Amino acid sequence: MTARETRTLILVVVAFALLACLPLLRHGYLLSLGVDIAMYTVLATSWALFSGPTHYISLATAAFYGIGAYVVAAGIGTLPYPALVALAGLAGAVAAALVGLATLRLSGVYFVIFTLGLAELVRQIVTWVQNNFTGSRGMYVLTSITERMIYWELLALAAAVFFIGWRVARSRLGFALRIIGNDETVAAHLGINSAACKLALFVISGAFAGMVGAIMAPRLSYIEPSIAFTSELSFQVVIMALLGGVHRLWGPLVGVIPFTILWEVIAARFPTQTVLLLGIAFLLIVYLIPNGVVGRIESALRAAQRRVSHA
Amino acid sequence: MRERTVLDVQGVTKRFGGLVAVDALSLAVRENEMLGLIGPNGSGKTTVINLISGALRPSEGEIFLGDEMISEWPARAIARAGVARTFQLVRILHSLTVLENVMAGAVFGHKRLWGAAARKFALRQLDRVGMAHAADAPTASLTCIDEKRIELARALASDPDLLLLDEWLAGLNPTEMQIGIALIRSLREEGRTIVLVEHVMDAIRSLCDRCVVMNGGAKIAEGTPEATLADPEVIRAYLGVGHA
Repeated sequence: MTARETRTLILVVVAFALLACLPLLRHGYLLSLGVDIAMYTVLATSWALFSGPTHYISLATAAFYGIGAYVVAAGIGTLPYPALVALAGLAGAVAAALVGLATLRLSGVYFVIFTLGLAELVRQIVTWVQNNFTGSRGMYVLTSITERMIYWELLALAAAVFFIGWRVARSRLGFALRIIGNDETVAAHLGINSAACKLALFVISGAFAGMVGAIMAPRLSYIEPSIAFTSELSFQVVIMALLGGVHRLWGPLVGVIPFTILWEVIAARFPTQTVLLLGIAFLLIVYLIPNGVVGRIESALRAAQRRVSHA
Repeated sequence: MRERTVLDVQGVTKRFGGLVAVDALSLAVRENEMLGLIGPNGSGKTTVINLISGALRPSEGEIFLGDEMISEWPARAIARAGVARTFQLVRILHSLTVLENVMAGAVFGHKRLWGAAARKFALRQLDRVGMAHAADAPTASLTCIDEKRIELARALASDPDLLLLDEWLAGLNPTEMQIGIALIRSLREEGRTIVLVEHVMDAIRSLCDRCVVMNGGAKIAEGTPEATLADPEVIRAYLGVGHA
């Protein structure tokens, strides 16, 4: 490990330790905001692990999240909660693997549409099953798990996402993905199995989204398809990741924090126009800052450096 | 000279709909040999390179690399088996540094090195093509010859048994051309097995052991550069009927 990496690691550990103290403030609103930020951090960062290098826009987050939530809802009476979270991660990974095998050969636009349709498909299937076999559409998740425990779980999951992202970036897989993102023809002629590399990352992001759904289930407490499989979640994750920037591991975080806070305000002030405002935010980001805030800052820094070296 | 046959193309045809791009072509490349693949524009040379490297699959016929039949394999498997190539229009990985571009060949190809070993091996290849000084540079401001050298270094970094160069000398100015020809000659002297698609006749004459001439997808001549380039049918293919 280089000196710089050691410094970064210490900084990250200190930051996580400080963040873990947030519930000690006993400030209900701050904690609830913290849960939201931690949740979106895990979702957006794991989303960017896949979409950043491959340029595939996945709108399947809600599908994996909903599957995770339903795993908990269905199993809460029979299995211990930690086992359900692990099972939700596994379910998310399996779902992602199946979707990936079927669709990662598709080119960009088809992939986007398929993933968007997937959340809706799973939602319809769950609704149909519940209507026909279980009698009621919703399920209660009643546990003794408190908001602060949810926060800590999400924080631990965020640490896991960053660790995996860091490991992947330093591995053959990470190097392969950078090459695939540049030129898939060259990648193939170098001996890289593009489909397998993309699938691996998609499975990782699916597993994390599944676990987030499982962790959030006790907070929702009442789970029904329209809550668990809301496509708004998929769009929010995409917007936050793009806003921050997907070219750096910590890029999405830069988008998650302001957007979550902004969204709190929007949802409170304009509760009926949220989807419209979400769409506008999406357009603004794609047109004005396609490389995200981090990309903007980095190119500004490079320009400044050039000016200094020319002067 | 009874060297091992590295590449054996047997009766390969490639059709695109009704168009026959390659028509029952056979050719063999022996170890340490430099084979020139020449012919007028549109005669199917690049298609042959694409068939060998696995970018395309033959409609008919077989391709063998050593004893392995590779004609049904995907490009990535053929690359791992020891075939490396450059592209007619140079393909540099622009978000990677120069050294990383070359490392890509060492990490995933035939060679499969990682970490410091891959870095060292890639640096040697960069040095080999005269680009070691630019190892940590970004790829944005490279000249044409430099891009071509990096692409060549990337192909060499996989330590291929067979190297396919698709018009590697095209687009170079006269000074760069001299550097380029010298570089390919040095590869030949190393004993590399190379298939060279080229339009530059001086290069063909001075570099190749043997030539295969294609026209309209079919082989019309084969032999030493002197003999094939003097062949009346080859002259007719290049210059038209009146000149034979």
